[in-house]
Amino acid sequence: MTKIGLEIHSQLTKLESKLFCSCKANYREFEPNTNICPICMGLPGSLPRLNQKAVEKATMIAMALNCSTPEKIAFFRKNYFYPDLPKNFQITQLNIYGDTSVGGTGVILVGEKKIHITRIQLEEDPGRLIYEGSSEKNQITLVDYNRAGTPLVEIVTEPDFENPKEVREFLNILSDLLENLGVSDPSLEGAMRADANVSIEGGNKVEIKNIGSFHDLEKAVHFEITRQQSLHSRDIPIIQETRHWDDKRKITISSRSKEEDLDYRYFLEGDIPWVRIGNEVKEKLKSEMPESISSKKQRYVSKYNIPTQVADVLSSDKFYSDLFEDAHTKENAKEVANIITTDLMGLVDTREKRESSKLKPIHLKEIANLIQSGKIARTSAKNALYEIVKTGKELSNVISELDLGNVSDESELLQIIESVISEEPQAVEQAKSNPQTINYLVGKVMQKTKGKADPNVTLNLLKKKIQ
Amino acid sequence: MNIKISALQFTREVKSGNISVEDFIAKTMEQIHNVDDKLHAFLSLNEKAVDQAREIDKKIKSGGKIGQCFGMPISIKDNICIKDTKTTCASKMLENFIAPYDATVITKLKQQDAIFVGKVNLDEFAMGLSTEFSAYGPSKNPWNTDYVPGGSSGGSAVSVSAFECVASLGSDTGGSVRNPASFCSTVGYKPTYGLISRYGLISYANSIEQIGPLTRTVEDAAFMLNLITGVDPNDNTTVDNNNEDYLKDINSGIQGKKIGIIKEMIGEGIDPSVLSATKDAISKLEGLGAICEEISLDMVKYSVAAYYAITATEAGSNLARYDNLRYGYDFPVEGYEFNSYIEKARKKLGPEVTRRMILGGFVPSSGHAGKYFLKALKVKSKLTRQINDAFKKFDLLISPTVPILPFKIGEKINDPAALFLIDINTVTANLTGKPAISIPYAISNGLPIGIQLIANSMDDKLLLQAAYALEKTVKLPEVPI
Repeated sequence: MTKIGLEIHSQLTKLESKLFCSCKANYREFEPNTNICPICMGLPGSLPRLNQKAVEKATMIAMALNCSTPEKIAFFRKNYFYPDLPKNFQITQLNIYGDTSVGGTGVILVGEKKIHITRIQLEEDPGRLIYEGSSEKNQITLVDYNRAGTPLVEIVTEPDFENPKEVREFLNILSDLLENLGVSDPSLEGAMRADANVSIEGGNKVEIKNIGSFHDLEKAVHFEITRQQSLHSRDIPIIQETRHWDDKRKITISSRSKEEDLDYRYFLEGDIPWVRIGNEVKEKLKSEMPESISSKKQRYVSKYNIPTQVADVLSSDKFYSDLFEDAHTKENAKEVANIITTDLMGLVDTREKRESSKLKPIHLKEIANLIQSGKIARTSAKNALYEIVKTGKELSNVISELDLGNVSDESELLQIIESVISEEPQAVEQAKSNPQTINYLVGKVMQKTKGKADPNVTLNLLKKKIQ
Repeated sequence: MNIKISALQFTREVKSGNISVEDFIAKTMEQIHNVDDKLHAFLSLNEKAVDQAREIDKKIKSGGKIGQCFGMPISIKDNICIKDTKTTCASKMLENFIAPYDATVITKLKQQDAIFVGKVNLDEFAMGLSTEFSAYGPSKNPWNTDYVPGGSSGGSAVSVSAFECVASLGSDTGGSVRNPASFCSTVGYKPTYGLISRYGLISYANSIEQIGPLTRTVEDAAFMLNLITGVDPNDNTTVDNNNEDYLKDINSGIQGKKIGIIKEMIGEGIDPSVLSATKDAISKLEGLGAICEEISLDMVKYSVAAYYAITATEAGSNLARYDNLRYGYDFPVEGYEFNSYIEKARKKLGPEVTRRMILGGFVPSSGHAGKYFLKALKVKSKLTRQINDAFKKFDLLISPTVPILPFKIGEKINDPAALFLIDINTVTANLTGKPAISIPYAISNGLPIGIQLIANSMDDKLLLQAAYALEKTVKLPEVPI
């Protein structure tokens, strides 16, 4: 049986500052080595100053993943030499001397399947290495410490996955969950990274490191299973090793460094006293936690009668559900959900588009109301949405500028209908015996009005005229 | 002008207008120039000290607000960061390290208008008890320059003892403040762990070390504590002392206080003159109304072993950053694989640091941790339990600070194990986080002997009161320089 376990690193990108100093947690906008201070550079004499917010957010993640949360947590030093590590040790957490990391064992449902969480730990991200140079021989390594000290949560699972599809489903659920909690933005480059361990029946465990995105994680796992199966089919033993994911060539390659032989000499970080996370703190955090995705979904279905599939899409995406929450009323909820999941989705399908979008909840509310009151056609609504996302103008202005209002004057509509009837004698004849054909005529009217006619009114008028 | 006065006397003299800060600082700098060639307390001097003194005089004349130090000349151990100043840790590795920030204690003293006359010598990275392991040469004991001044805060003790400043800040990981204080006949204070911020103190063994003052009198130590203790957001291990005033009621006496004489600290290997000084001090304390009784803390026997296992582990980690990529850089990286580069780079560290780094790589390593590091932690917690039990019965504990007299320079440097054992009386306070003080008590054959008092955590005030009482029973000759 194929067994896959994951170690997922998620940055707490929504935090203001780094884990042990007041430099920005969002290092991405800075010139290299400008988001640094004596603490995150590990200068002699500096001491870590624990960001309590990071402890709280990490605890929230543990609770959201149904993990046990200890009364007191501690930090440990993981000692190893690497140029991206300012102190040549990383401050992290460890459970071998008792459960002292933010989260202990937990479980999360992926479809029907239970995926067990081994532990969740809070740690500092190292700096970033950038390799430059045309060939291996004249390669230089640049170090950017802007990232050093960024709060990172490591989520370790049991080897409960059996195929890449389960891995992908889990990752989707996890990244939606983290986003919904408001702790992390999974779409930011480098915010989510992972290691995986993969073994097939009769083979040793192979660890894959350096997977920079969830998308690649699935690919890496798939590649590795195929590689191991191919070795196995030729009776070549699968050795226990660490392999690196080459994200350019999309393959795993054997790692020359003997990572498994490293001795990290873990010991307690004396500069950070144990942190007590008592029941009162946990209760407070629980009350601050946003509604879970599954609870949202259930609410959308039961309270507003939104179809399950639509509710699913809406609840699992924080961007959509936030819009929905702010725009909906009891009366327009179904319509707002509909607009978001059919018309808006294509307009804001990337991170960049979402960031530049000028759409406000009030726009959605107004559009829904106009559709419901028959003042604007669905196709026009879509055009209006496109314009609003781009410009953020008021809906009424957009409608008049683009002339999107429905042809509400019945005599004007009758004129158009009559001209269609005279242009399409054949279709009119057919429509008399075959009611389906009448839809063709409705379409013609819509064409002439550029979609601004109310389809129901048009249909009724057409029926009257033909009979 | 007499510069041989205490810190508190200095502030009184300046306040009353009897002396000018400029004169005093100039005289102090002159003293440094006169004696330091011989003593080598200083690694670098503050060239602007006299200018700074003049500014303070001006401020005093114009009636401006003056900090409690009134321009007091203070020396700082060279492992504590002063902004824009070289902080070398007496190591070649940090030969050119200029701290870009002030340690919290420095910030606090600057706010009180202290003047830092210079940075003083230590054993490299504070590892040692004689300053012989300084990469820049040993300091000499002002009582007899053939002898070591103790360490690692040797420069601090020498500068206070030889009137090159009125007070100094050192750091104490296993006795590094108290040991040189004892050897040079000054007061040396190691506070309760967490009482003084370590932010800006270059870590050696961070879980047990503290910054501490070296002064001429117990009152001066209390005065310094008033200025530098308290919670610091930059050091998560600091504790709240409710702005305790350590000077207030310092003369409360020790009537009725129970003092335990630690049996394991006056046993085998103790110098007879040290033993008799200790017995003398005990009878003096009894004369002041204290009740003294022997107590056994048998874990003390293992304390030095535990101390070296723990400090080596922490040092191996704290000093790992000195890999020559970021500090001590003096040869190009080209042509080296990362690990071989580090191996070569770290040759800049001296013999004692190297010894402890190697030990620190071994002691906590998988396969050996159980036998050494984890066992050391067990000793630490058992020792802590024992001393906590002792404090249920006693208010204070007493021992000689060091079981032997100062030794000659070069005498023990090639015998690390013998050097290690000298720490036997001091490491307990570090391993258990308790406050401890060394008080100058006697001179034997021209060499100083100090007495150590230990109190329970956060009983620093009581400790100073007892030390003050004992100090008052002593009259010592002036240092022969």
